[in-house]
Amino acid sequence: MKLAYWMYAGPAHIGTLRIASSFKNVHAIMHAPLGDDYFNVMRSMLERERDYTPVTASVVDRNVLARGSQEKVVDNIVRKDREEHPDLILLTPTCTSSILQEDLHNFVERAQLDSKGDVMLADVNHYRFNELQAADRTLQQVVHFYIEKAKKKGDIPSGKTEKPSVNIIGISTLGFHHHHDCTELKRLMVDLGIEINEVIPEGASVNNLKNLPRAWFNLVPYRELGLMAAKYLEEEFGTPCVDITPMGVVETARCIRKIQQVINAQGADVDYSEYIDNQTLYVSQAAWFSRSIDCQNLTGKKAVVFGDNTHAAAMTKILAREMGIHVVCAGTYCKYDGDWFKEQVSEYCDEVLISEDNGQIADMIARIEPSAIFGTQMERHVGKRLDIPCGVIASPIHIQNFPIGYKPFLGYEGTNQITDLIYNSFTLGMEDHLLEIFGGHDTKEVITKGISAGSDLNWTREAQIELNKVPGFVRGKVKRNTEKFARERGLNEISLEVMYAAKESVGA
Amino acid sequence: MTVAQPQPEGLSPECETGNYHTFCPISCVAWLYQKIEDSFFLVTGTKTCGYFLQNAMGVMIFAEPRYAMAELEEGDISAKLNDYDELKRLCLQIKRDRNPSVIVWIGTCTTEIIKTDLEGLAPKLESELGIPIVVARANGLDYAFTQGEDTVLAAMAARCPDKAPVAETEKNERNAIQKLMNFGRQKEDVAQEESEYANHPPLVLFGSLPDPVVTNLTLELKKQGIKVSGWLPAKRYTELPVLEEGYYVAGVNPFLSRTATTLMRRRKCKLIGAPFPIGPDGTRAWIEKICSVFNIEPQGLDEREAQIWASMEDYLQIVRGKSVFFMGDNLLEVSLARFLIRCGMTCPEIGIPYMDKRYQDAELKLLEKTCHEMGVPLPRIVEKPDNYNQIQRIYDLKPDLVITGMAHANPLEARGINTKWSVEFTFAQMHGFTNARDILELVTRPLRRNNSLKDLGWDKLVKEDAKV
Repeated sequence: MKLAYWMYAGPAHIGTLRIASSFKNVHAIMHAPLGDDYFNVMRSMLERERDYTPVTASVVDRNVLARGSQEKVVDNIVRKDREEHPDLILLTPTCTSSILQEDLHNFVERAQLDSKGDVMLADVNHYRFNELQAADRTLQQVVHFYIEKAKKKGDIPSGKTEKPSVNIIGISTLGFHHHHDCTELKRLMVDLGIEINEVIPEGASVNNLKNLPRAWFNLVPYRELGLMAAKYLEEEFGTPCVDITPMGVVETARCIRKIQQVINAQGADVDYSEYIDNQTLYVSQAAWFSRSIDCQNLTGKKAVVFGDNTHAAAMTKILAREMGIHVVCAGTYCKYDGDWFKEQVSEYCDEVLISEDNGQIADMIARIEPSAIFGTQMERHVGKRLDIPCGVIASPIHIQNFPIGYKPFLGYEGTNQITDLIYNSFTLGMEDHLLEIFGGHDTKEVITKGISAGSDLNWTREAQIELNKVPGFVRGKVKRNTEKFARERGLNEISLEVMYAAKESVGA
Repeated sequence: MTVAQPQPEGLSPECETGNYHTFCPISCVAWLYQKIEDSFFLVTGTKTCGYFLQNAMGVMIFAEPRYAMAELEEGDISAKLNDYDELKRLCLQIKRDRNPSVIVWIGTCTTEIIKTDLEGLAPKLESELGIPIVVARANGLDYAFTQGEDTVLAAMAARCPDKAPVAETEKNERNAIQKLMNFGRQKEDVAQEESEYANHPPLVLFGSLPDPVVTNLTLELKKQGIKVSGWLPAKRYTELPVLEEGYYVAGVNPFLSRTATTLMRRRKCKLIGAPFPIGPDGTRAWIEKICSVFNIEPQGLDEREAQIWASMEDYLQIVRGKSVFFMGDNLLEVSLARFLIRCGMTCPEIGIPYMDKRYQDAELKLLEKTCHEMGVPLPRIVEKPDNYNQIQRIYDLKPDLVITGMAHANPLEARGINTKWSVEFTFAQMHGFTNARDILELVTRPLRRNNSLKDLGWDKLVKEDAKV
């Protein structure tokens, strides 16, 4: 047992449901007790979905415990097949059904006999995988299922498309800014003269999966979702996979160069260097921003990054490499893929934290006291408590992270959005500077919120007055550092001298 | 109660498939940890439970809540790890970090299936730890949403002291309601005030309500000379009310049938079966019933009720003649429907997760009476509804308002059907005379909003589905 208050990645079935409800005309039936269909609420609220979420539960109740599901699951599948005519019904196990150990495979086979659509079982163990791993597996499983089916029917279109083309793999419902990213990637492909073969799973029809092999290559923008499917297609059809996330100026260029290499190897003759230069120098504003004096003020400021592998790694590189910001700690909650993360970010930050424990992450932030945090909603709230600004860069997210306006994180427009996010998160450079010079906006009695609370040390009148002159947003930090300094030396009164000594020693 | 006779005129709930959306009963943690200030709730379950709580509670989760998951791992499921040792380790940690007066273990589907003997483990651990451990099996196999509170309160009922402590006056001092009511008064005045109450056997109310509502209902009864000896639950676990044999108890919410049963059978209390104090009509009927049990002639209720109705006239004009459809997910449906019918609405269907016909008897009778008096047909009551079928019926009936869960609210709105999210009724303050207006504020909100949009031609925002 583990004492847990918060989790970064959801349970396995959420991943499976994200895949199922991303496809068009696919219905998921959860083998679950009453109340486990909370996914529908999330999708309806966060995505503001106009349509009913195609997920129902085959309810596990006392009768099921006593007698087994018997006909119930089969009946529910067949009923849904009749009511909605889905192309595919995906039977989804949950934590409850994992321990009931009913033969769900058997139910699927029996239901298939009476269903017009296809029926399959999501092969995901609740206790071994989390949401992200399950989503990756389920997508691979669905792709595999339809490729095999088409093979049997001799239905696979032969050969590649005439012009270079791509499958974009991994765009999914409830993904962080996935819809905007998808639009941006499509635009990028148009710019590069590459046709979109298929986008999966979002908005795709399972009947089109047999066309996947026609693409010249697969683009997997997110580390967490789509790699398994792409690997499978590579093994099966030799379709190469580009798995560089085009997030940030440098990485976007790297991704495009890789695409160039991959399609030239198949007989295309393209050179994207001019396009990359043009975009980098004149279209995207990010490179220019890095050079501008605004960004100069951010130099060496301390930041902390935490999120999923894709976004935390890309963000760390952007901050360190493209803006000269000092990333003290970069972290991820994707423990199962921690080595990859370490390898990606080690040279861009002082320390790497791989953890699913939000308490540990909050402690790290409190210890480092960065000028800005880039994390999930949890880190945003930690930031609120500590009075440190936070830009949200990864799930878990709230409804405000599903903006209606166009806000991609990927591609060249993505670099612009990220620049805004970073710049707005740090206290504006010049404002910061001026505040420090003039001692805050309010030159009369500064309100000393939180100064006296929880302190066992005595501040002399002079020291207190001096402390009040420190601008509000760093005052807490100065106070904490001074007190730490005093405590370490066994001083119980803080005078002006102690304050200055502390400042000299720790830079408080 | 005998077998339900087929009465064409009466209310006889029918039962569907139980394929409906509702919250998991562990959600009761969200409001109970706030209500019982010195408690800590430990939900023994899986990531699924944790994910639900984390998302359903929204921003509350960031406020260092006094609840946590004991997240079961594979070793717990296969019994490689010892339940007792594991729970002991976590509870010690909780004791060290939070030092609560009670730890409530919430059993879940998983602990049911692997048959963790929480009830058996609790007393042993309780004596080792020196902290009371209350076990409530609030799981999705057996219960829906608000019934979670019912299981917790039923377990708490067993912990109420059975003898009034000797230092009665001191106890009173600490009682928040008493204190509030006696605020700034001398002891003698208080003693004098005691005589303002009629001489009646002790009355304890059950059901968790926000403190302002507790004060409000307590004062409402005080006007009739009825003294509320205590509430289950109180603000603190250490202030649970005394329950002696022969005490009277009354419920304030329709989903508390297990608690009622426990109070009657285990604590030998007498249940006052009344409609629930939701809406001015319900509040009045609730007070009248309590008065009648104590042989008290209720005073001034006519005027009080009339005055509340008059003050709501602006809202009543909006709802009169409109129809409301309850999809059913929180067991408040019958009381709300009864109130809305009194407001002049019609109600074709009341979906409800579970219908305890004995506990809700008085409420059902009032519903029937209200329908006759208002001259509207009796609603169809559907227990364990089937959401898919209900949506077909909604398309056919085209009600003016559907009260439903969030899973269906946006899709229905996109199809031009007004909805109100049902969970808001669980968290809103809606009991008593004073709060009746708040119910209508909620009910009329979609009608008012959509009224201001009505000339824009934005009713149907989905492309017409091909009817197969």
